[in-house]
Amino acid sequence: MGKYLLKRLGQTILVMFLVSILVFLLMSFIPGDPVYAMLGEDITPEEYQVAYEQLGLDKPLITRYAGWLGGVFQGDFGVSYQYHVEVEELIASRVTVTLYLAVLSTVIGYPIGILFGMLTAVYRGKKADSILTFIANLCNCLPQFWIGICLMYFLALKSGLLPSYGFTWPWEDFGMHMKQLIMPLICLSIGSIAGVTRQTRSSMLEVIRQDYVRTARSKGLREKKVILIHVMKNGLIPIITMLGNRLAFMVGGSMFVESVFQIPGMGSLFVKAIGGKDIPVVQACVLLTALVSCLAYIVTDLLYMLVDPRISLVESE
Amino acid sequence: METILEKARTAKERKQESRRKFVKALFRRKVVLFGAIGVLAFILIAVLAPLLAPYDPNKTDFFAALQSPSGAHLLGTDDLGRDVLSRIIYGSRVSLAVGVLAVAIACVAGTFLGMCAAYLGGWADAVIMRSCEALMSIPNTVLAMALIAVFGGGLRNLAIILGLSTVPGYVRMMRAEVLKIKGSDFVMAGKLQGSKNLRLMYKHILPNSLSPIIVMMTQQVGQTILVEAGLSFLGVGVSVPTASWGSMVSDGKAYLLTNPVFAITPGICVAILVICLNMFGDGIRDALDPRLRGDI
Repeated sequence: MGKYLLKRLGQTILVMFLVSILVFLLMSFIPGDPVYAMLGEDITPEEYQVAYEQLGLDKPLITRYAGWLGGVFQGDFGVSYQYHVEVEELIASRVTVTLYLAVLSTVIGYPIGILFGMLTAVYRGKKADSILTFIANLCNCLPQFWIGICLMYFLALKSGLLPSYGFTWPWEDFGMHMKQLIMPLICLSIGSIAGVTRQTRSSMLEVIRQDYVRTARSKGLREKKVILIHVMKNGLIPIITMLGNRLAFMVGGSMFVESVFQIPGMGSLFVKAIGGKDIPVVQACVLLTALVSCLAYIVTDLLYMLVDPRISLVESE
Repeated sequence: METILEKARTAKERKQESRRKFVKALFRRKVVLFGAIGVLAFILIAVLAPLLAPYDPNKTDFFAALQSPSGAHLLGTDDLGRDVLSRIIYGSRVSLAVGVLAVAIACVAGTFLGMCAAYLGGWADAVIMRSCEALMSIPNTVLAMALIAVFGGGLRNLAIILGLSTVPGYVRMMRAEVLKIKGSDFVMAGKLQGSKNLRLMYKHILPNSLSPIIVMMTQQVGQTILVEAGLSFLGVGVSVPTASWGSMVSDGKAYLLTNPVFAITPGICVAILVICLNMFGDGIRDALDPRLRGDI
């Protein structure tokens, strides 16, 4: 166990090292001059020279990489070209919003998805199954940004029920906060409800076929007990993987919703940074996302082991 | 005694028989047929776009800007006076081309790398797998956006970048698949015959691990189209005048109140195309699975 964890951590460090090289190399190939991106086009040659040296652009690539990586280890990601503040401050203020939305939509989406998945598996082939499965498949195909636009049209612009965009913290204005939260949350949850429903259904169906379920039934256990105790316990294991993925893909997933509803989170920060060639911000966003997802994978592995004693990670090595 | 000719004939018949069985299993469910027809319809629309579109999709006419749906413009016009219906028809080209090309690129590259990793093992395996993990740790929309920022958008780049960002999935699957059959007797027999590594991989290992790849490909096309639409929506997809469903939604967003059709219809097209592709893909998956086909 300890050995496995160490090995896994070693691999993660290696992977993160590769990601950092990739990110740094990519961003140094970005077309356009970083000095102009930072200060605008109309600067004197002297100012240009000073900024050029400040950014270390006169030094070779490898020295710059080492300097950047050294800074990253001390939590220093550089200064944003667009906002002219420290990147770590910028991200700290943005990440809480994204995290908040991600947690809320998970808390809403997972139980509903699991419930729907169980219903479709238990009533397999019946009407409830075909309707729910159809809806889940449908929702899986809808572009998230388009759901947002439709919600905005019907709930905000047409009927005026909700404000069409923005984000307020609950301690600033609670009523406004709840109103502004509804549409982004629907948008973010629909996808996860659909995904979790499909996953739960297929993994539960896999388990329902097993011999021990037949045994449980034939020894006279009530169907409710069979499903809730025997089937669910094993059927829900793959859902853990999805939870890990979800955490990891927080930034990518919220990019569209945050852009549609103009929410100041990590996703919209990233989109803006890409548009404005704000290299330090892009680097930090990609690196942090990769780090979160690597850690999420490790946590998922460990959770698997806790939940399912049959999976022994030491033996599989 | 059976002659070689007869043997060949029976082999051919058997092949035809299994193909017939596959097609029968594929279209047994109406949904799959429906999906297949839908996909075919979209392909036809894309191919015949110049004939079907009533107007030039990129021709601007400021006097006709932001018209509501009417007889002359069935879905109205956008902010530059371009006909929305024509742009939607041409937009199908972008979605289909990017979806199919990206998946083809990912499949070829991923299959090859996965096979190499599993078959060669050792350092090749380590290098390929660690690189894949590095790529996989970045969400593919984020990775694609960063790559587009560097190499620029446009249809060709978009297809390559979206393809690259999904390569790791194929590599991992192919690697697992090859590891499973690497120890089989027929691979050993091939080796004893003196076949070279490349020939063994191409002739013996690849055909035996095709079906999971086909399943993965059919499921990926829809996903890729969704990602492409998303990127175009964020303004980092195909270059500006080209009609793409995602960018049309983004253009129409500002005029939602006056002309909702403009923003909402392209999204419906994305959804319908992806639904059809997924239905068809699920059909192929089920038909390729001998357990579900009823062979076992």
